[in-house]
Amino acid sequence: MNQNPILRVEDLSVTIEREKILENISFTVMPGDVVALIGPNGAGKTVLLRSLLGLMPYRGGVHWSPDAIIGYVPQRYNIGKSVPLTVREFFLLHERKFIFAGLGADKKIMESLALVNMPAGVLGERLGNLSGGELQRVLIAWALYDKPNILLFDEPTAGVDVSGEETIYNLLHSLQDRFGITIILVSHELNVVFRYATQVLCLNKTLVCSGEPETVLTPEKLASLYGEPTHYHHMHNIKEVASGLNKAG
Amino acid sequence: MATEFLASNISLSLAAGLAVAMAAGALGVFMVLKNMSLVSDALSHVALPGIALGILLGINPFFGAFTFLFAAVFFILAIEKRTSLPIDAIVGVLFTASLAAGILLTPEPELLEALFGDLTSITPLGAALTILLSLGVVLAAILISRPLMFTIVAPDLGHVAKLRTKSSYLLFLIMLALVVALGVKFVGTILMGTLTIIPAAAAKNVAKTFYQFMAASILFAALSVVLGMVAVYYAGILAGPAVILAGVAIFLSTLVFKRS
Repeated sequence: MNQNPILRVEDLSVTIEREKILENISFTVMPGDVVALIGPNGAGKTVLLRSLLGLMPYRGGVHWSPDAIIGYVPQRYNIGKSVPLTVREFFLLHERKFIFAGLGADKKIMESLALVNMPAGVLGERLGNLSGGELQRVLIAWALYDKPNILLFDEPTAGVDVSGEETIYNLLHSLQDRFGITIILVSHELNVVFRYATQVLCLNKTLVCSGEPETVLTPEKLASLYGEPTHYHHMHNIKEVASGLNKAG
Repeated sequence: MATEFLASNISLSLAAGLAVAMAAGALGVFMVLKNMSLVSDALSHVALPGIALGILLGINPFFGAFTFLFAAVFFILAIEKRTSLPIDAIVGVLFTASLAAGILLTPEPELLEALFGDLTSITPLGAALTILLSLGVVLAAILISRPLMFTIVAPDLGHVAKLRTKSSYLLFLIMLALVVALGVKFVGTILMGTLTIIPAAAAKNVAKTFYQFMAASILFAALSVVLGMVAVYYAGILAGPAVILAGVAIFLSTLVFKRS
């Protein structure tokens, strides 16, 4: 493996109003990795993702490979129902000519929507009229528009029902299979992490642990990361997944 | 007398009024989307002390108005950074205070014109410059609509797309100051802010796409001026209130077609 890392983070620290949110975080992401960021609420997962994108000030180094094309799906995205902006126009924000972009842009939009199994009929809809699940798919398609080789994904399941959640992860998985896209995702769903991630980063202000899911997601490490009360809940999930995988196997 | 004068200059005044209204309509789209209607309305009041100083110092009141509006724009930027403060209240209080101060400062003979505008007093050169600058603003507003829409609907995504969203927003506010300064000549300091809001609010009622929104806002603004001027010509009423009321009439009729 002589590949260069797509992302190298060195000693990253973030302080907001004198409160230390992240301290001395270092890790490396190789092309094709699926990196899961886990940790309790307030651990700094979203802050880490936003720092990687340059959306907030930090100390330390964030080194993206020169050929990295970044796609980003934010945690929360709200747009008013009354905003006159169609799904098509939302995609056209990618184009320099915006609403005056040519037909080539429409073809690209269709391709992106097809990747997330959205019908072309949604193009003329107002963005604000989409359901939570539809909006999330459109956001993923939007992030995929410029054919990124790394996708940053903040809590893909926030605001989506369970069946929708399942398909979002299947979708991520198929993207990874088909295009080998590198993925960094923030997730609360340990079962999903267990199933899909190649690397897990446990975050609680500092990097508590990191490695492959099998080695990181142990009862002891999870207990130290989440504390006792949630520990049982999460372990319950893990056991379920493990038994499910056994049955499937 | 006034009617005769107006009739002789009707094409020039109308063209300048149309151009400045269209520019206001184009910028209004973003004001309405950003929920800055009140800010825009109150902003125009800041022009009055500027006009007063211009008159008192014997310079063109436009420059006084623009200087004050320009300063107000940076004031808006500064308080927007501190989101913990209630922007509406601060803008409302300070900008209305400047209106009050302006009323006291403005010499009485010029007060009515400063408050409500007088498009009969525009010179041919002034009209030509107004048309040129206003059409420039319309064009620029369309050109920077992409980064502006990013700042409004998806600021983070715009940053990831490496767009200069901050400088486009600054340019937008400066253009707003310019258009308000140009427009006070026509509709006055009290009503100019409204001219940026009413056409856009009406357009939002009927538009489904951003393209339609922009087009309808510019069109409704122009239509307000035409209808208002017709009323001025036939009824001999003040142009500023006539234009604004025409805009209100358009707004009310779009409510019938309002999309749920």
